[in-house]
Amino acid sequence: MSHRIVGKRELGPDVFWARIEAPLIAQARQPGQFIILSINDDYSERIPLTIAGANPADGTIELIWQRVGKTTAELADLDEGDEIANISGPLGTPTHIANFGTVVCVGGGIGAAPLLPIATALKDAGNRIISILGFRSKDRLILEADFARISDELIVTTDDGSYARKALVTEPLAEVCGRDPKPGHAFIIGPTIMMKFCCGVTRKFDVPTQVSLNTIMVDGTGMCGGCRVEVDGKPKFVCVDGPEFDGHRVNFDLMIKRMNAYRQQEQQAYEQYRQHRCRIGLDG
Amino acid sequence: MTDQERQVLLTELLSRQNSGGLKPKDRFEIPPQEMPEQDANARRRNVSEVALGYTETQARIEALRCLQCKTAPCVQGCPVRIRIPDFIGAIARGEYSRALDIIKENSLLPAVCGRVCPQEVQCQEKCTVGLKFKDVSKAVSIGRLERFVADLGRNHAAVPAVAPATGRKVAIVGSGPGSIVAAADTRRAGHEVTVFEAFHKPGGVMVYGIPEFRLPKAIVQDEIETLRKMGVRIVTNFVVGRTRTIEQLIKEDGFDAVYIGVGAGLPSFMGIEGESLVGVYSANEYLTRANLMKAYRFGSGTDTPIAVSKKVAVVGGGNVAMDAARTAVRLGAEKVYLIYRRTEDEMPARVEEVHHAKQEGVEFHLLQSPKRIIGNGDAHATAIECLRYELGEPDDSGRRRPVAIPGSEFRIDVDTVIIAIGNQANPLIRQTTPGLEFNKWGNIVVDENLRTSMPGVYAGGDIVLGAATVILAMGQGRIAAATINADLAAKRS
Repeated sequence: MSHRIVGKRELGPDVFWARIEAPLIAQARQPGQFIILSINDDYSERIPLTIAGANPADGTIELIWQRVGKTTAELADLDEGDEIANISGPLGTPTHIANFGTVVCVGGGIGAAPLLPIATALKDAGNRIISILGFRSKDRLILEADFARISDELIVTTDDGSYARKALVTEPLAEVCGRDPKPGHAFIIGPTIMMKFCCGVTRKFDVPTQVSLNTIMVDGTGMCGGCRVEVDGKPKFVCVDGPEFDGHRVNFDLMIKRMNAYRQQEQQAYEQYRQHRCRIGLDG
Repeated sequence: MTDQERQVLLTELLSRQNSGGLKPKDRFEIPPQEMPEQDANARRRNVSEVALGYTETQARIEALRCLQCKTAPCVQGCPVRIRIPDFIGAIARGEYSRALDIIKENSLLPAVCGRVCPQEVQCQEKCTVGLKFKDVSKAVSIGRLERFVADLGRNHAAVPAVAPATGRKVAIVGSGPGSIVAAADTRRAGHEVTVFEAFHKPGGVMVYGIPEFRLPKAIVQDEIETLRKMGVRIVTNFVVGRTRTIEQLIKEDGFDAVYIGVGAGLPSFMGIEGESLVGVYSANEYLTRANLMKAYRFGSGTDTPIAVSKKVAVVGGGNVAMDAARTAVRLGAEKVYLIYRRTEDEMPARVEEVHHAKQEGVEFHLLQSPKRIIGNGDAHATAIECLRYELGEPDDSGRRRPVAIPGSEFRIDVDTVIIAIGNQANPLIRQTTPGLEFNKWGNIVVDENLRTSMPGVYAGGDIVLGAATVILAMGQGRIAAATINADLAAKRS
């Protein structure tokens, strides 16, 4: 069964949103889960994307992604009415939602997208929500209104100061963690390097921290182990043991290096795709 | 022996057979027929099938080597009890479609089993001819004969007849060999059958694991097509446990029976230092990238990358280790080392696979095992440090236990390491099916008819047996289907 795109928008430079028909996934998905999609035929790449939202009533899911390589670029080139050949999911262990009292939710870049359903569920579970969203610049800002709606306190930062507070998210995170009482729990989703530094902050303040990892995957059901990360020095599979882990136990340095395993081939594929796109005139 | 000589031999054998018959003594003198295969050097650079199959003349000569033992010890060695002497007798008479019909009474996938069954420890191990020569490699080549008639019949295979609709719904979870058989057998009984596959393409281990050069994907595709023609619905990208749970399939979706044939599906690692370095793969991942996603064509029609390796170490001694090593050869590695901690005698891999791997230049490092994997500053694997081993007393498996020799560490420079030491039970069904009973290894507990602890739920193959073979999974698929058919019939009356 293929999956029709029923809505699509460019949220900012290289950041896209789409609503896609996937009725079974829309029904089953819980916060923290992801899908694996491949766009065309049997041999297009399978990539994991976290589910940003779902509407079980009309059978759609929402995805937000950044254009970083061939497959994400190809996805960005699709329009409303186009179809995606394969979507498998929902995958991964759902977020453990509980009442921790006050929770600080930190989203970096498009990490805000998978964070939103988690923050919403935490709010519904009775938590006081402090959200910190960080973006490179004003034009990359996403989901501010959505987070404002579910947050008791919202702090937005930009790296270049073009909007709201000029800071990295670690700065307000340290302030929030330094308050008395400190937050009962932190949820952090964003670029690996940002999660690493945020975990450094929450570790210092001894705030238990969940991170959601988005590693390279093939099957997404535990069969290949390509997604493994070191947690407490032991290999864990992001697809079945995760995607969420205790951020204080993850070996982020190794994870960053594993994420770069195919960088050369990925760049080659992206370059080929862009040239092909130029030739057929898509780039005007 | 040339084709011409073979033709002469066959004519002579047949005329003797027709005038008074061949005595066992005569049959022992018939030279065993080797199967033609691609030249070892040529096939290092392609993924086409290695073994090319018998010619008709070869098949008939080989079939005439069979003594037609009344006791048929070979049948006892076959997990699905194919009437082996009968089908071989039919080949000797030139009745090939009859031969195929006999096989199909018991085995649904002869083109697959003729290629990947470990005949030398099953039917052929018991063969009287092999025993007479005290050499299993001189047994009648039952597998090659099976393959011969299966390939011959491939293009005009009849779609099995389906009984009138029963109104019962059967869900088959997974689409590997066991599930294909379970689906076909339950569909034949007239039930409405749906196969759920997690990947985007059905076939299970036969499409993601076993390489094209050993089992062409077109053969698997044919089997899937046959299921479709029988009216079996195949749903891909459907992860049972996640997309829908087994409980939902039964309570909400109206399935009367569910067969779980999901395979083992969770690769084991060794627990040594450096196993998460870049360039270290499970065999499952390496083979999936290469087979299912065709990573060897990266950049020309396929999008999934795989390591571009110069020196590869494969750890393990089973068929999967051989598949991984031979795949690495084909992906262009200059050196491929196979590291195994016992000797060749203890290797679980088929003799033929070991032989083919050596022919293709895989270097065997026996009585050695990795102690750690060493990486550079970019966390790329650069070397594997091994210990030398010697064999001690036999362990529980009856194989002599390998014992490390202290202080024997040495290094092999490699850029890629493939761990092929087996699989554990995938936890997905366990985590999402509360009512189901599992043993301490995470395998599903079943009775002799493959009923699980949950009413209406059946299981078979690697998720029950631990890592096994295609033919054992098929055998279980058949038993489970018989139980399902019986249980559903009883429910109806």
